[in-house]
This record gives sequence, structure tokens and C-alpha cells, in this order.
Amino acid sequence: MTTITVEASDLTRIYGGREAVKDVSFTLNKGEVLGFLGPNGAGKSTTMKMLTGNLAPSKGSVKICGIDMIENPKEAKALIGYLPEQPPLYRELTVDEYLTIAARLHRVSSKHIKKAVDVAKQRCGLTEMGKRLIENLSKGYQQRVGIAQAIIHNPMVVILDEPTVGLDPIQIRDIRALIKELGGEHSVILSTHILPEVEMVCDHVQIIHKGELVFNGAIEVLKQQRYGNKLLIGLNNPPANEILLAIPGVTAVDTLPNGMLRIKHQDGLSPAEALVQGSVNNGWGLYQINPDQTSLEEVFVQLTYQEQAA
Amino acid sequence: MIINIARKELKSLFSSPMGWIVLALLQFVFGTFFLIGVDQYLQTMSGMVRPEERLGVTEYVGSNVFGIASFIMLFAVPLLSMRLISDERRQQTLTFLFSAPLSLTEIVLGKFFGLVTFLSIIIFFMAAMMSSLNLWSEIDFGYITANILGLWLLVASFSALGVYVSSMTQQPVVAGIITFVALFGLLILDHFLAGDPNSVMSYFSLMRHFEPFSRGLLDTKDVAYFILFIITFLTLTVRRLDADRLRG
Repeated sequence: MTTITVEASDLTRIYGGREAVKDVSFTLNKGEVLGFLGPNGAGKSTTMKMLTGNLAPSKGSVKICGIDMIENPKEAKALIGYLPEQPPLYRELTVDEYLTIAARLHRVSSKHIKKAVDVAKQRCGLTEMGKRLIENLSKGYQQRVGIAQAIIHNPMVVILDEPTVGLDPIQIRDIRALIKELGGEHSVILSTHILPEVEMVCDHVQIIHKGELVFNGAIEVLKQQRYGNKLLIGLNNPPANEILLAIPGVTAVDTLPNGMLRIKHQDGLSPAEALVQGSVNNGWGLYQINPDQTSLEEVFVQLTYQEQAA
Repeated sequence: MIINIARKELKSLFSSPMGWIVLALLQFVFGTFFLIGVDQYLQTMSGMVRPEERLGVTEYVGSNVFGIASFIMLFAVPLLSMRLISDERRQQTLTFLFSAPLSLTEIVLGKFFGLVTFLSIIIFFMAAMMSSLNLWSEIDFGYITANILGLWLLVASFSALGVYVSSMTQQPVVAGIITFVALFGLLILDHFLAGDPNSVMSYFSLMRHFEPFSRGLLDTKDVAYFILFIITFLTLTVRRLDADRLRG
């Protein structure tokens, strides 16, 4: 049985007459990782602020595990761990002091505080850093402290606003692994504009543009759009397009500027094998054959562009 | 939960040099005035004054120390209160508190009590200093208690105003200056209206309500004034923070 952990309905936020977020509705189940994508200023952070009770929605409601954020903010907030865009760190404190305070404020019972701090540090790779002043840590480590702070009370829902910004590639890999791990027992919502990241860690994707959801679905749907029904082939002696069009399944052939051919085919009927066979038989000189991946960026641009055109 | 926030504030105060310096400087000033008081008492009271006009040592030294204390606190409290909320706003750490399972009232009260606890340390040392007179003389503990209570209420009122001003801006320095000017205005309000002691405005003067305490008089009217003052400004602070959430 799946349990719904986050339920947002018709979230709207109006800033001075302009709708920063408009009618955003979605649900999230336990153990899912939801990626929030969108160009700058699309309303990602605003939505997250509303989900965590930092900002009151102009309209709509947020329910965390069935508890209404507006009616019972304390109970709802206790179930959330939130890392805002800028990690909220008290720079004059050490990592241990800060995490202890975070645990205390999130109602971790005093007996378990020390353990909770140790676990959070260990999960975020901060074990060596406990005695250091936050002020003196690098940006990447500060980001980790921010994440540690968000997971210290073992919340049902973890909300991370651009968690991998400013990290080096190795740290990014670690954090992604951590997010995947968190996804096992918690629900995670993360916002990012790094597209491959979404594909790597998320089960669900939402694309938000100008305050509205333009795409909401499983990552597979997005992947399918990516892998589509195109093949990219390179031939040294390409035959006339008509010959290629005669191969069963092929619907269109485009010659690309770099001499490669893009072959569109019917869904589920890949002519790859026939093409290879044809090349061998007729000496077309096949040197490359690939499924033509629309990059995630392209899908993203398509989705946000359509919205603009509409 | 209020205690946890107060603890956090105290930790912040003590983890920067600011807290320690203020503590040390204030103690130095009060100690000096205490010593001067004791010194002068021995000089002025040694036979020059007729016995029926002599003042007790508690009152003589006390008026010296507590008189300066209310004045010095006027500078010290804005210095300490200015960072409370404005700095969190600037460093964007308010989100940390807003996202935790805390009500706004708890956050504000926590910050207020954190600051008051810190200031209580100073007041406690003053009380201890005054009580030390008891070693070689019989002193008026009632007088000291009234003064300490009055000073404590005064300082708590200062803090409440400071917390409110701090919640209105992002710049600690601006908050500090506004708090100082506002407090100064409230303290000397009755000086402006010296001609009419019964005017409504002069009733708002903090000094006018502090003065009975410094004579050793404990009046519920004045206690009530200070408590209402504190509640008013703390409520305003909660409203101000709520506006953050509503208006963004």
C-alpha cells in the first residue's frame, strides 16, 4: 500500500497582483523522489516555501501526511526537513553545536540527540568536521551541514532546494547517492535545474514554468520522450533516400549537416537490424548507428516553449 | 521549546566576543561606581553630616550604582538586541526557525528570554555586589530587592522594544540606532513635559515608572506598566513576523 506523504492542491501565490505560482497540485507517495524542474524564476522556490510553511499560500492547501499545514503548522512542520536555497547556518557555531540545536528544535528527545547528530554527520560525510566552526567550512561542506540539518529528525518528507549547487563533482555524486538513499524511507522533493540530476535520482518529475505545472509524471515518461523513435546512422556511401525509405518501419530520412542521417521510424518497430543488414549487403559503409536521444534539455525546452506559445 | 530557543540565543551571544565584552565592560563600570560610592560614603558620612540627616549605606551606594545602571543599560540593550532578528533575516537563518515545529510566539518569547537571561547575569552580579556590603554593615535588603526588580523590569522592557525594532529591518545597525533613539525618547519623555506632570504623555515615560523602584517603593501600578509594555512589543513582533509569512 502506498501512503501519500505530501498533498498539494491548487497552490497559488500572488505577489503584488502577479501570480508567482498558479494552481499547482500534486501528490507524493512514501519512498518517492520528486524532482522539481524549471527555469530561473519559475516559482520552484516559492512552491517549496509554501510546502514548508514558510510562506502562506494565497489559495490552496498543503497536507503533509494528512495534516494540514495551515491549520496545524507545528504538527505538519515536525514531519518535514527543509533545506532552503541558502543553507540557514549559524556561522558562529560549530557543526556539532548547530546540529544539536537543530535536533532540539525539531523535538528529538534529549536522550537521542547525540546519536541523531552522529548519524546525520555520518550520512553527510561530516564526521571529521564536528568541532569546526561553520564559518570556516567550504561552501560544499556548508551545503552538507544544511542537508544534515534537514534530515536530523528523520522526517517523513525531505525538501531540498537546489542541494547540489556549489559542490564539486565528487561531492555531487555523494549527495546524489544520499538523496537516493533517503528516497528509500522518506519522501524527497528536490528542485534543481541540472537535468541529468533529475534523471539520475528522481522517480517523478515536475516541470514548472511561469508558476504553472507544465509536466507532471514519472521519469519514464520523460525518458520515453527522450529516446523516442529516431535512429542516427552514419554511412560512408549513403544510398538514395528512397532505398532507405523502402526498409520496413522507416517513415522519414533527414540528412544532417555533418553527413549523418536521422531516420524516423514507427514506434516499436526499429529498423536497426534491417539497416545493418542492408549496409553489409550493399556496401553502404556503416560506421555508426545510435538511437537518437533527444537531450533532456530539448524536452525541457519543448515543454517550456509550448507553454510560452500557448 | 521556548527554553531551547533561549539557549540557542545565549549560545550565540557567548560564542561571539560581543557577549563577553559587554558583560565585562558593564561589570567594570558598575564595579567602579560601587567602589566610588563606598569611598564617598565613608568621606561624606564621617561626622560632617548631622546624625538625623545621614543616609544608610545601602541607599547611598545603591542610588549611585542603580542610577548609572539604568543609564548604561540604555546603551547596552540596543547593542545586544539589535542582532536578534535582523541578523537572522540578513543571513536567511529565519527559515531555520520557521521550518522547525515552533509557533511564532515561541520563537519571539525564546529570543526575548534569551536576551533577558543574559542581562539577568549582569543584574545578578550587581545584586551580589550590593549584598557584599552586608559583610561589614547592616543593609536594607528591601531597598536592594525593589531596585533589582525595577532594573530587571526596565531592562526587560528595553529588550522587548529592541526585539520588535530588530524584527522590522535587515540591518542590525539600523535596528540598534532606532532602538536607542526610541528608548532614549521614552526615558526622557517626562522632561519634555515637565510643565504638566499629569499629562497623558508623561505617563508613558519609562523613567517615571522606574523612579519609584529606585526609591525602594514597589508599586503594582508600575509593575503592571512594565509588563504591559513588554507584552505589547512582543505581540507586535509576532505580528511582524507573521506578516513575513503572509506577504513573503
